[in-house]
Amino acid sequence: MATAVQVTVETENYLNNGYGLKSWLLTKDHKRIAILYLISITGMFFVGGFFAMLIRLELLTPAGDLVSSDTYNKLFTMHGISMIFFFLIPSVPAVLGNFLIPLMVGAKDLAFPRINLLSWYLYIIGAAFALVSMVMGGVDTGWTFYTPFSTTYSNTHVIGTALGIFIAGFSSIFTGLNFIVTIHRMRAPGMTWTRLPLFCWSNYAASIIMVLGTPVVAITILLVALERLFHIGVFNPALGGDPLLFQHLFWFYSHPAVYIMILPGMGVISEVVTCFSRKRVFGYEFVALASIAIAVLGFLVWAHHMFVAGISVYAALVFSLLSYLVAIPSAVKIFNWTATLYKGSIRYDTPMLYAFGFMGLFTIGGLTGVFLASIGVDVHVTDTYFVVAHFHYVMVGGMVLAYMAGLHFWWPKITGRMYPEGWAKLSALLVFVGFNLTFFPQFVLGYMGMPRRYHAYPPEFQVLNVLSTAGASVLAMGYVLPMIYFLWSLKYGKLAGPNPWNAVGLEWMTPSPPPTHNFDETPVVTWEAYDYEHQPDEEVPVGH
Amino acid sequence: MATSDIEIAEHALQHHFADMDQQKESSTFGMWLFLVTEIMFFGGLFCAYLVYRATYYQAFVEGSQTMNIWLGATNTAVLICSSLSMALGVRCAQLGKTRMMVVLLLITIVFGFAFLGIKAIEYHEHWTNHQFPGPNFQFEGAEAAGVNPQNIQIYFSLYWAMTGLHALHMVIGIGLVAWIVIAGWRGAYSPDYYSPVENVGLYWHFVDLVWIYLFPLLYLISKKHGG
Amino acid sequence: MSTEEHRQHVISTSVYVGIWAILMVLTATTVFASFIELGDWNIVLALTIATIKATLVVLFFMHLYYSTKLTKVTVIAAIFFLFLLLALSMTDYLTRAWLTNPGH
Repeated sequence: MATAVQVTVETENYLNNGYGLKSWLLTKDHKRIAILYLISITGMFFVGGFFAMLIRLELLTPAGDLVSSDTYNKLFTMHGISMIFFFLIPSVPAVLGNFLIPLMVGAKDLAFPRINLLSWYLYIIGAAFALVSMVMGGVDTGWTFYTPFSTTYSNTHVIGTALGIFIAGFSSIFTGLNFIVTIHRMRAPGMTWTRLPLFCWSNYAASIIMVLGTPVVAITILLVALERLFHIGVFNPALGGDPLLFQHLFWFYSHPAVYIMILPGMGVISEVVTCFSRKRVFGYEFVALASIAIAVLGFLVWAHHMFVAGISVYAALVFSLLSYLVAIPSAVKIFNWTATLYKGSIRYDTPMLYAFGFMGLFTIGGLTGVFLASIGVDVHVTDTYFVVAHFHYVMVGGMVLAYMAGLHFWWPKITGRMYPEGWAKLSALLVFVGFNLTFFPQFVLGYMGMPRRYHAYPPEFQVLNVLSTAGASVLAMGYVLPMIYFLWSLKYGKLAGPNPWNAVGLEWMTPSPPPTHNFDETPVVTWEAYDYEHQPDEEVPVGH
Repeated sequence: MATSDIEIAEHALQHHFADMDQQKESSTFGMWLFLVTEIMFFGGLFCAYLVYRATYYQAFVEGSQTMNIWLGATNTAVLICSSLSMALGVRCAQLGKTRMMVVLLLITIVFGFAFLGIKAIEYHEHWTNHQFPGPNFQFEGAEAAGVNPQNIQIYFSLYWAMTGLHALHMVIGIGLVAWIVIAGWRGAYSPDYYSPVENVGLYWHFVDLVWIYLFPLLYLISKKHGG
Repeated sequence: MSTEEHRQHVISTSVYVGIWAILMVLTATTVFASFIELGDWNIVLALTIATIKATLVVLFFMHLYYSTKLTKVTVIAAIFFLFLLLALSMTDYLTRAWLTNPGH
């Protein structure tokens, strides 16, 4: 076999620069911190996936026969909390962003390496609180913690879980803060704003949201905890409080949070689509500014989650109009990526397959979001599976696929090894088929009226539910396979050179894996972003 | 210690920065970004305050009658004085006047404790009068004023939450200033490297800023004052 | 180099003391103004004075006046987003009573 011939001459890189637990747990190297995050969030992803599996098993039959309704409440709550706060929000920023942003801007590290490490520890402590709460009986309020159920009537571990989210929020804040300062202050000479990779623009926009929005949900969670502990009535109507105030404060963060989740993924897509079309992106400035527009406009729409909650209809009109507006910059990005493909020299490696999947599925998810922005439609489908399908299309069909695209694209840079392309393509196919089989029926179910967060349903909905569960099984296989082959590749994967994809970007000009200090000399940038016209595209044996 | 200013700065330069300028600018910008998060953190409470004051104005009037304006005003003055001593302390750091800096920072800590002391007196007063939200809350005179006591309780919930969070930040601030005093006394700072002092200063002034708004909003709601 | 200027700019003691004096005067003003019955304008006056005090602290004690444009933009952005939180939330609370539908 070819592998026998590859003699590994171990050059000094960030992976072998110091062994032992202490060198990892006390590291200040952004690349090692990225790996620490990679391991942690993968763990939380499978925790969330475990709850999803139980949900889908319960929903195989119309009767609520697998678990009680109280337990079911806990399942979807903990599924949501694990996936949103402990997987999606950190995923691309904390793993890929941490690893790549200093490389992409030509710096030796992020601006504040110790704060970077602190942010990982905060994540771990937050996750620990949440996991302990789960093991001790869980929480059943929904990931949205609506009051007064969460403050007064729920008998589950609300405070423990809320504390976990509170602490993890600070992890997010510190990551965002670090990115903003790094991108502003540590770009290499010649790396102007208009030469920055769009991955940096996207993470920058997401970081703005992290810094501005997360503190609001932090104080809101704190108020929930105080209300539970001291029985004050800030959100309790029986005591004069307004439960809608909780929802306003909660969604002020949690809506922009979905843009924290998707923007970095969009950044990945920009990098992948350009590399695998061998073309510069169409309308660079528009894509960059669209990221900023999404971040800003994303703060103006939160009450579209409250159309049926009892807000004033006049406020609802305002938020509905603004919600239509926020779709525009996202659409601009889709158009521009599509235009990038035009007359490109397209290669169908795994990252590109995931990117194609993203473009289609995010479009469906995004458009259904526009349906939901219409108050009339929203009244009909709120709290049904239509909404569940919508957000899974953007979050999974969009974000998770983008994360997978990014993992595959930069795996050789991070580990120095190629993953097996054949298995990777198969997994991508399983993910795409499994995903659509899981969630497309849910659009139909929701429109037909099946409510969400119920463990039982009318029998006429069973066929679609069974299809959905079948799809989830396929999807699960699509997630498990990469776990296996990525781990396999660490030892047996083909050695990757510095630039197996012939991509343009400073990160591809370092060895794979990069040395601890990234660059021997600070690079000086004289080329435009995505300068694929001048990048040779010789046949690179990226075999399986 | 015979370390020169330049040596102090060189020792403090972190390896991933090109030079001290970049480090200083990044450090200050990072601190401001952190203060942005603090603005939004307190901002959520101010939002709750705004909503409930608009909805239950009379209850807020009644609740704020129990506030001691003179203690509140004194505390406001105390914080402003502490900001002056803090700003002068940072100025000394900029000029390399270490001893004076330490003195001014110690004065700042004294003012900080004074603030907390006065706050403790106020809290004790409110506590013994059952003006703490929860099952033991009592407010005589609510019905007489035609106000639902539950709504007054919301005023007090916000009072305790906002001033409590503020006081917590004061305690942290005192700790931070104490750290700077010790490090400064040991010669860690020079005119070329004093950003920790400046950053702690920024934090301290921010805590003062929050109080500048808390005071009129909680204490000065209506002219019906008993003093 | 301009950043050197920013870094080295040292405000004089007398300016600091002057700002302190204005802040103390404004504090006294706001206390005594609260005893004057001005109806709805009491809160406007109180918040105006508070904002003047805050502006002085931010510009001079916190050196924002001498800081980079980036820092200034950052502070303004924070205030703007806080304003959004307050204003857009209030669009709900201020207009809930507008729809005078029997039964609501």
